[in-house]
Amino acid sequence: MENILQQIGIENYIYLSTLLFCVGVFGVLYRRNAIVMFMSIEIMLNAVNLLLVAFSTYHQDAAGQVFVFFSMAVAAAEVAVGLAILVAVYRNIKNIDIDNLKNLKG
Amino acid sequence: MITTLFYILSAITLATAFLTIFSKNPIHSAIYLVLCFFSIAGHYLMFNAQFLAIVHIIVYSGAIMILMLFTIMLMNLNKEDEQHKSILTRIAATISFCLIAFVLLAAFIKAQPAIIEYRNSGEDYQSIEVLGQVLLNDYMVPFEFASVLLLVSMIGAVLLSKKEHIND
Repeated sequence: MENILQQIGIENYIYLSTLLFCVGVFGVLYRRNAIVMFMSIEIMLNAVNLLLVAFSTYHQDAAGQVFVFFSMAVAAAEVAVGLAILVAVYRNIKNIDIDNLKNLKG
Repeated sequence: MITTLFYILSAITLATAFLTIFSKNPIHSAIYLVLCFFSIAGHYLMFNAQFLAIVHIIVYSGAIMILMLFTIMLMNLNKEDEQHKSILTRIAATISFCLIAFVLLAAFIKAQPAIIEYRNSGEDYQSIEVLGQVLLNDYMVPFEFASVLLLVSMIGAVLLSKKEHIND
């Protein structure tokens, strides 16, 4: 069977995942809106998932894909709890600008 | 043909990820992120990982993004009144982005000779049938713990977002 890694090569996927991860880091540093920061965290998680699938294909091992499946479950749980926290924060201070969240300093 | 497809998909992925960050309106960010997730599902399909592509579309584009859009609309954030960070912070963020990308890419480009040539053994390892057997034979206990994790996070989300009684 014709496989994609024979034509493209694993190194292009490594570069793509690296760039995608860096874009996620940039989003966390650049924005003040907490929801957009959440989206940047999702981008980072997806970059890692993409690289796991690439190496699972490279080593022809199903364990990598099972690991991606578990990381998707963790991402879903994380987003549910995180958005609930954001709703609670919004109820108290009426916006979700992270620069206003300085009251937690004790 | 496949190489062209790969470059087009990669360009869509990176461009929509950048647009997610640079959009002023959070609704536009969410829609660009959905496009980014669809292009990543396209990458999974190119790997012939059908199960993960379907699960990715269902979980990310279906569940997570709907949850985010719902939260954005609940908080009435669909307007462009966000104050930006100070110009110094933004310059620092851009510089650190460039440095991280430069260092990681340089390291991986230097590591490239260590990668051995890929050989296809022709063995079936990623069809849904094989994945289901691996998941329920070798990874049975983590699978059950994932269900416990989802249950706990559901209870936590309900508890956190419940309205507090002020006068009790």
